[in-house]
Amino acid sequence: MDILNALVAFANFVLVPGLTYGSQLALGALGVSLIFAVLRFSNFAHGDTMAFGTVMAILFTWALQSWGISAGPLPTALIALPFAIIATSLMVLGTDRVVFRFYRRAKAKPIILMIASIGVMFVMNGLVRMILGTREVQFADGERFLLPPAAFRAATGLAEPLGIRTTQAVSVVVAVICVAALFWFLNRTRTGKSMRAFSDNEDLALLSGINPDRVVMVTWIIAGALATIAGTLYGLDKNYRVFVYFGMLLPIFASAIVGGLGSPLGAIIGGFVIAFSEILVTNAWSKILGYLAPEGWLGDGLYQALSTDYKVAVSFVILIIVLLVKPNGIMGSK
Amino acid sequence: MRNTLLFAGVALLFVLTGFFQSWNLALNILNLALISAVMAIGVNIQWGWAGLFSAGIVGFVALGGLAVVLVSGKSVAGAWEAGTPGIIGALVFGAIAIALAVWMQKKLPKGSTRTLATIAFLLICFFIYRALLDPAVMAVEANDSSKAGHIGGLGLNSLWAWPVGALLAGAVAWVIGKVALGLREDYLAIATLGIGEIIVAVMRNEDWLDRGVKNLIDLPRPWPVPYELELQRSPDFTDWIGMVNADPVSSSAIAVKLLYAGLFTIVLLALLWLCERALNSPWGRMTRAIRDNEISAAAMGKNVKYRHLQIFIIGSAVVGLAGAMMTSLDGQLTPSSYAPLRFTFLIWVMVIVGGSGNNKGAILGGILIGWLYLAVEFLGPQMMSFLTAGLPEGALKSQLAESAAHMRLFTLGVILLLVLRFAPRGLIPEK
Repeated sequence: MDILNALVAFANFVLVPGLTYGSQLALGALGVSLIFAVLRFSNFAHGDTMAFGTVMAILFTWALQSWGISAGPLPTALIALPFAIIATSLMVLGTDRVVFRFYRRAKAKPIILMIASIGVMFVMNGLVRMILGTREVQFADGERFLLPPAAFRAATGLAEPLGIRTTQAVSVVVAVICVAALFWFLNRTRTGKSMRAFSDNEDLALLSGINPDRVVMVTWIIAGALATIAGTLYGLDKNYRVFVYFGMLLPIFASAIVGGLGSPLGAIIGGFVIAFSEILVTNAWSKILGYLAPEGWLGDGLYQALSTDYKVAVSFVILIIVLLVKPNGIMGSK
Repeated sequence: MRNTLLFAGVALLFVLTGFFQSWNLALNILNLALISAVMAIGVNIQWGWAGLFSAGIVGFVALGGLAVVLVSGKSVAGAWEAGTPGIIGALVFGAIAIALAVWMQKKLPKGSTRTLATIAFLLICFFIYRALLDPAVMAVEANDSSKAGHIGGLGLNSLWAWPVGALLAGAVAWVIGKVALGLREDYLAIATLGIGEIIVAVMRNEDWLDRGVKNLIDLPRPWPVPYELELQRSPDFTDWIGMVNADPVSSSAIAVKLLYAGLFTIVLLALLWLCERALNSPWGRMTRAIRDNEISAAAMGKNVKYRHLQIFIIGSAVVGLAGAMMTSLDGQLTPSSYAPLRFTFLIWVMVIVGGSGNNKGAILGGILIGWLYLAVEFLGPQMMSFLTAGLPEGALKSQLAESAAHMRLFTLGVILLLVLRFAPRGLIPEK
């Protein structure tokens, strides 16, 4: 029995990665959820909007680096983020103007808007591939570790190291800031309140003189910003590849639906539920159990419920269970 | 009249490809386009007839490919002795366990005890299942692992795999439909998106089944299609070639592709005939009634849920058939090539461009978009080099040339958006 080492191993392999991935998913799910609440369709292009935002962040990062600007120990991409957000917001506003506005005005069925979002997804994916191709881009710079494993081991004298990468810490901190700012905006500002009113009851909101175009515009800007931030954080953490963002579509939708589509708080809870379940199920527990079980009990198995290649199955199963048991999600209304 | 013109226009595209590129390439594209048309029929059955949005088409295409491996793949010596029965046993055990869990859910009184009991039961069954499966899988994968390492196929003719692919896809669709149909339409889309990815993930990772990412090559061709070398050696063929005075190597390749095209056309026409019959029967009218207004159809006594399940299975089976045809044509299974953009969303573009709800429209869309998807590969760079001919050599020119290779997703997205906006009923609208 070596509880301390087991706890450190748990933190290293489950807690820290789970918090990081959960923050990234939560930001993505917030974007999907907002679009659903205000515009009332599931935006399949969100994954590729994240990819587009990340590509913009990469381009601005390269520009800043070539001018010799850096954020010291932090990744330069953090300075590039505001510019990337502006570029992505302009892009999504452009797609709204060219594509979605027509269907909104025609009061098309949500499924038609969803199919249109598939068209936008193709266009964005093609654009992103034209800009950076399909290669893998590593754009995290600055200090690699906030807490290097060796330093942790030297300080505590434990056998098990605990490392926290800068990108992991940045993900969590940025996500907390974004979520706080978003909640402040939705609950305290006039525009935020009008957005919530619009999502609760469109007709009533229109009668009280809320300008729908403005609500829609603000929603797209926020969704574009959230997508850029989520995508960039994920790209910093795991390197940028265009395919990955399409693959994130399912966990993101699962997070949003598990929490309750349209509920911002639900999206955050959903993000962490999905992230931790994925990691708990696909983690190899042999190391952590090794500290807890008496010697020689475990054998040489990995104690892994599912291989990491099946993590998509985890979010899917949770999604199905929630849809069957509580179709409106954890935080959803009746 | 308009339809004939449209089909003639598409045929002209292939003829032009043949003249300006090569006949070999034109036939390659034609074969893939015919298969895409079959997939488009499958999606059209689900979406056009019944309004079911499935985003997991790629999974059913992959299942069709799996059927080819299992039915017509070469048998692997020693695999059966090593552990195939163990694997089958474990799978049967898993299926029985899930069936029992479903039965428990139905029979036990409602409450948290029931939920806990089911979860505990499933957990125990999962560990037993892994204990049964893992050793058998290890044994099979260790058997001749450099060349085989999988359970092998039955070695039958590849044609048999086509109906088996349809059955396999239909069976999986039944399971999925039981769970996911009845969800709201956008939830159904997201759930099926997950299912498609899971099926492909299984095929990529379960080496015992199909060698996973190590790929499975040398799958035999379906019955009437010979190999090029055989054809070049056969006296009849050389006589015939001698008469028209053609090159034996390239003409044998073309003959093989023509045979494939003939087979696929037969399947396509048979499907079209069946679909037209079904759509104009009382059954077809009922499905459209359900699509247009579920509530009033239910009020007329139609079992909406059951009909949705039925149509979901039929559509998926057609897609599975197409998947099997494609793997038969390729002669190999590469699980990593099953990308959702190519096999789910591209098929959607075909159906919507062609005209959802109309069988001929789906076929036209399948062949047209199938041609475009592959033709952009050579047209894009050519156009780009034509457009940038005036530019000086340098980074900009090479960047533009490189980006042209990625043009096709962009082009298809633009086409989908244009059709959806300006001709939402497609090229051949539903009557």
